[in-house]
Amino acid sequence: MTTEHHEQDLAALEQRFQARIDAEEKIEPKDWMPEKYRQNLIRQISQHAHSEVIGMQPEGNWITRAPSLHRKCILLAKVQDEGGHGLYLYSAAETLGASREEMNQALHDGRAKYASIFNYPALTWADIGAIGWLVDGAAIVNQVSLQRTSYGPYARGMVRICKEESFHQRQGYHIMMTLARGTAEQKAMAQDSLNRFWWPSLMMFGPHDAESAHSAQSMKWKIKRQSNDELRQKFVDQSVKQAEVIGLSIPDPDLQWNEQRGHYDFGDIDWEEFNRVINGDGPCNRQRLAHHVKAHEEGQWVRDAISAHEAKKRQRNDRQAA
Amino acid sequence: MSEHMKLYEVFIRSRRGLDHKHVGSLHAEDPAQALEYARDVYTRRSEGVSIWVVNSSDIVASQEGDCESFYDPLDDKPYRHATHYQLPDEVNNM
Repeated sequence: MTTEHHEQDLAALEQRFQARIDAEEKIEPKDWMPEKYRQNLIRQISQHAHSEVIGMQPEGNWITRAPSLHRKCILLAKVQDEGGHGLYLYSAAETLGASREEMNQALHDGRAKYASIFNYPALTWADIGAIGWLVDGAAIVNQVSLQRTSYGPYARGMVRICKEESFHQRQGYHIMMTLARGTAEQKAMAQDSLNRFWWPSLMMFGPHDAESAHSAQSMKWKIKRQSNDELRQKFVDQSVKQAEVIGLSIPDPDLQWNEQRGHYDFGDIDWEEFNRVINGDGPCNRQRLAHHVKAHEEGQWVRDAISAHEAKKRQRNDRQAA
Repeated sequence: MSEHMKLYEVFIRSRRGLDHKHVGSLHAEDPAQALEYARDVYTRRSEGVSIWVVNSSDIVASQEGDCESFYDPLDDKPYRHATHYQLPDEVNNM
């Protein structure tokens, strides 16, 4: 095939691909897709998966210190769910030809990122409430939108995750509500936690649309269905009421209902902080990554034992068959 | 019936975006033939846009009777459901 022919074929394939997307049809693993679409998805889905797994750390840190057996059971179940969500997502990325080892390596090398919010520490019990309410709340806003993403396995993974995620947000809000109705000290603890987690939660939606590196192409390919700013606005609008109901105040003096827009206006995000944290210099970046590397390395003997056991079993079967 | 050809399980994706669903099984000499037979038998009325065939012998299945010992339904852990948390009406759509 000449290069010219090849280019024509490619153009035709790309056209058919885009037409399918424009018609709201899903792309499935065995379909032809542009290499960039595949790479873009692998990047997004694997980072989403890393976020689920790294996100287990700040919460796991409180399992032994939960204030009651009931809260401890809830937190355990939630952290287990997050591990499962990571698995759903890694598997979706694997349908695109990415291997688990490669994705893991990219995380350990610092080439792949995860949600910057998990680089903040969970200092008090109220933080477990704030993480459920705000961090999972923000993740849900994003994930509800991604249920309509153009790649079939990713979209189906999102449906599964969203179904489980609602309990996460409600248990977090319930913790905040209980603290806010408690003693003055407990209420102060809840407010302090909201103060620390509010802005990093808004940063979870990523840079403003105009500054987002991958946004335009992702929207055209319908990997993303709503822009960072749209999703962030949705989150702010729903959170204001939720804070009000339990008597906590959102730490933003510029927060104000805008009758004309039908939305809340809110203050400027500290993008310097966002860039600092996403690029490795948040309060816990090194700790989070070191812990993941350590857990992976310390698990090596388990993986070795599994394959040794498999090899032995195969040997035994072969001997019996002979 | 040892002279029978291998058994294949057939899964069909009825529409893009949906999971493949099990629809039945058939005998065939090899996977390519199984795929053709599945097309001939199971997609005669536009039932699907994609077919999977899998050797039945490759399917590992749990038994319903083993449920209790194999996986606990965890009915004693209602806190894993969203409805477990009583929230004020104004924010109950969370």
